[in-house]
Amino acid sequence: MIFTLHIWRQQDSKSDGYFELHEIDVEEGTSFLEMLDALNEQLIVAGKEAIAFDFDCREGVCGSCNLVINGTPHGKHRATTTCQQYMRDYADEKELWIEPWRATAFPIIKDLIVDRTAFEKIIQAGGYIDIRTGSAPEANTMPIAKQVADEAFDSATCIGCGACVAVCPNASATLFVAAKVSHLSSLPQGQMDNQRAKKMLIAMEGQGFGSCSNYRECERVCPKEISVSNITTMNKLLYQSS
Amino acid sequence: MKDFELDSHSPKGSLEDRWTQHKFNSKIVSPANRKKYTVIVVGTGLAGAAASASLGEMGYNVKTFCFQDSPRRAHSIAAQGGINGAKNYQNDGDSVWRLFYDTIKGGDFRARESNVFRLAELSSNIIDQAVAQGVPFAREYSGYLANRSFGGAQVSRTFYARGQTGQQLLLGAYQAMSKQIAEGSITHYSRCEMQDLIMVKNHAKGIVSRDLITGKLETHMADCVVLCTGGYSNVYYLSTNAKGCNTSAIWRAHKQGALFANPCFTQIHPTCIPQHGALQSKLTLMSESLRNDGRVWAPKRKEDCDKNPDDIAEENRDYFLERMYPAFGNLVPRDIASRAVKLICDEGRGVGHEIEGQKLGVYLDFAQAIKKLGLEAITEKYGNLFEMYQRITSEDPYSTPMRIYPAVHYTMGGLWVDYNLMTSIDGLFAGGEANFSDHGANRLGASALMQGLADGYFILPTTVSDYLAQQKPFDPERKFPEAEQALKTSKARIDRLLNAPDPQKTPDDFHRQLGQILWHACGMAREKKALELAITEIQQLNEQFWQQVKITGTDTELNQTLERAGRVADFFELAELMCIDALAREESCGCHAREEHITEDGEAQRHDDDFSYVSAWQYSGNASLPTLHKEELHFEFVRPNTRNYR
Repeated sequence: MIFTLHIWRQQDSKSDGYFELHEIDVEEGTSFLEMLDALNEQLIVAGKEAIAFDFDCREGVCGSCNLVINGTPHGKHRATTTCQQYMRDYADEKELWIEPWRATAFPIIKDLIVDRTAFEKIIQAGGYIDIRTGSAPEANTMPIAKQVADEAFDSATCIGCGACVAVCPNASATLFVAAKVSHLSSLPQGQMDNQRAKKMLIAMEGQGFGSCSNYRECERVCPKEISVSNITTMNKLLYQSS
Repeated sequence: MKDFELDSHSPKGSLEDRWTQHKFNSKIVSPANRKKYTVIVVGTGLAGAAASASLGEMGYNVKTFCFQDSPRRAHSIAAQGGINGAKNYQNDGDSVWRLFYDTIKGGDFRARESNVFRLAELSSNIIDQAVAQGVPFAREYSGYLANRSFGGAQVSRTFYARGQTGQQLLLGAYQAMSKQIAEGSITHYSRCEMQDLIMVKNHAKGIVSRDLITGKLETHMADCVVLCTGGYSNVYYLSTNAKGCNTSAIWRAHKQGALFANPCFTQIHPTCIPQHGALQSKLTLMSESLRNDGRVWAPKRKEDCDKNPDDIAEENRDYFLERMYPAFGNLVPRDIASRAVKLICDEGRGVGHEIEGQKLGVYLDFAQAIKKLGLEAITEKYGNLFEMYQRITSEDPYSTPMRIYPAVHYTMGGLWVDYNLMTSIDGLFAGGEANFSDHGANRLGASALMQGLADGYFILPTTVSDYLAQQKPFDPERKFPEAEQALKTSKARIDRLLNAPDPQKTPDDFHRQLGQILWHACGMAREKKALELAITEIQQLNEQFWQQVKITGTDTELNQTLERAGRVADFFELAELMCIDALAREESCGCHAREEHITEDGEAQRHDDDFSYVSAWQYSGNASLPTLHKEELHFEFVRPNTRNYR
């Protein structure tokens, strides 16, 4: 399979970026990132700088990888991170445009790598249950209905990749915040802190993310299929705590 | 180089009382003084995040480092199956003693009794802690926690969060850590990689770090240093580990004097998706939990291997694990299952893609389980795993059996530590997969998360405090010439990598070649001649590496090629040590199968009289000539017998 690639290159956060043209021939069983690995090896041998992009686990759970492929964060295969996209999924396309996440709160570090420290700040503002090591009660003293636990799990699967922000016209991190709030606040252990949603949303705005105006694009590109109903849950909690 | 008195500092007396007594004997720092002490924690996966959060809560000044862009991305996140806890919620006869015994037996009697017992003892507290943090473990309809049986255990003691247990536990620890960052007790550095350990008069007193965005080298001083930097499976190039996992932090500590224990003990996990091509960058694990309901088989006849599995009649299928191990069947421990799969494929009965002329794969079949339990039950249990499999292979495991083959997954070896998790360097601790402590020659399923968190939440906070209580806090204003020297050495190493005399090949190119050599000589089967040859080949390739490695870009910017080259350089030296260790251990035990020491029915043949010890290797200044120190293992409470899963 031969592809024409337009890849975003940018030396650092202050430089201007541009699309660089490449061509590559790969087998269909190659993953998207393996395709970029192969290109990078060719570049290095030719004496050129490799294209910088984030990756780590390559099995869709660490949340490192983050490419916009032909305009869609994480590419065309739904509910899938960039690292789990395979070239066979792109058999009917000849040209691929590969870009970084674009959002004010995620400044570009180099090429396709962005700085997602803003997500850390949001978690630090209240995305935890305050329990000191050693002070936990016996685990089975507090039964939790299976349905509640299952729903908390669905919210907790967020991998913090930031695709929701990248696709949102407002560059809002509301789905990211709501997933954490719903996970923690729906469990009895997490109900002590009734200001969690407020604290995290203030941090979100402080970091330069926009607010939610119900485009629901985030849900569409989320690799873990986190539902926008998390936002409803969070809003309910906000209302109750104010 | 100083001589080592290899003292494990294991407490004496009854096994149940050792940790309690040890905690009482440990010194503590008064709360008012804790702020005066700085602890560096490198690596923020389960062990590192748990340790730094706990030390921060206690009031110490903690500095943490990770190479990823956030602690939440550490490779602990990829652990699927679960975490063991000796709660006996199922009333099936489990106890701390049974978990202890299973773990030490699973490790083929190559671990310390005191450490393993402590691990089993703490397992219960970890579950409590995680639940309180909001980790959404699976629950029964009653609302109480669910368990499953896992990886060679005959009791149900594994707690799990679908197939994402590691993710949920790591997020719990990460969130606890985030709170401490917000409160100022932890200063965290992401995208920052340790380059070297700073030694001041034989004590570990700091690290040199490289900011991966700017390339800036910096020194950080502390009262002690804790390495929780994970395992080194990526030495084989292809493994189930995340691409960034590396040995550099522990290897550079090793070169500063920390002994490296049992480097050749590497776990090959039986249920991974087989390799499909030359460009492949990593292998993907399919959770061991699949073996609870999936049946492993291969065609009985070679001529059936190319057929569609549906066309192979029941009587022509060999359910070889059930045949060979009727007592445990498909649930035999990982080392046993992996060897059996290799045996079948070596006989020419493998299925799937051909790699180097051999079909490397067997079937893991759910047809019967779906028939018996229903599609819905199987989807509920394994849905996300099936989805992952389908995404990678574009085959549907609900209708076509999965294909699996063993892959490198975990390293039991690591820095030698005593009962306090302190290495042979004073003031240098190692936790989680980075140390060698608890799994002996083979780790049981659902034990890695348990060990990482036991080390992080409970053991290191106690033992680090005990160490600090015996030190005066260092003066942060003081300038250390040793730090300047370490910085210069790190810089020189980077310059040497960037200026190879005859640059031709990429770091990955060398890494792949190294991986091939090591996988064939020091993988699932090991043999004297092959190991000796591999050592020579590794030495030659290493020489070539320093001559020909080609790195573009500079060291004053984000440069992933340079990062990789630095890690590959360390893998070369480690790979050689692994072969040396495998050669010296003239027995088979757990994962370490020496072809010369296999019983008639194909099982590992231990030689307890000669090899009931931990091999702890000391760097001599020449990576090819390490010195072996032996820590004899004494079994007072269990009797080492032959592991029999038949």
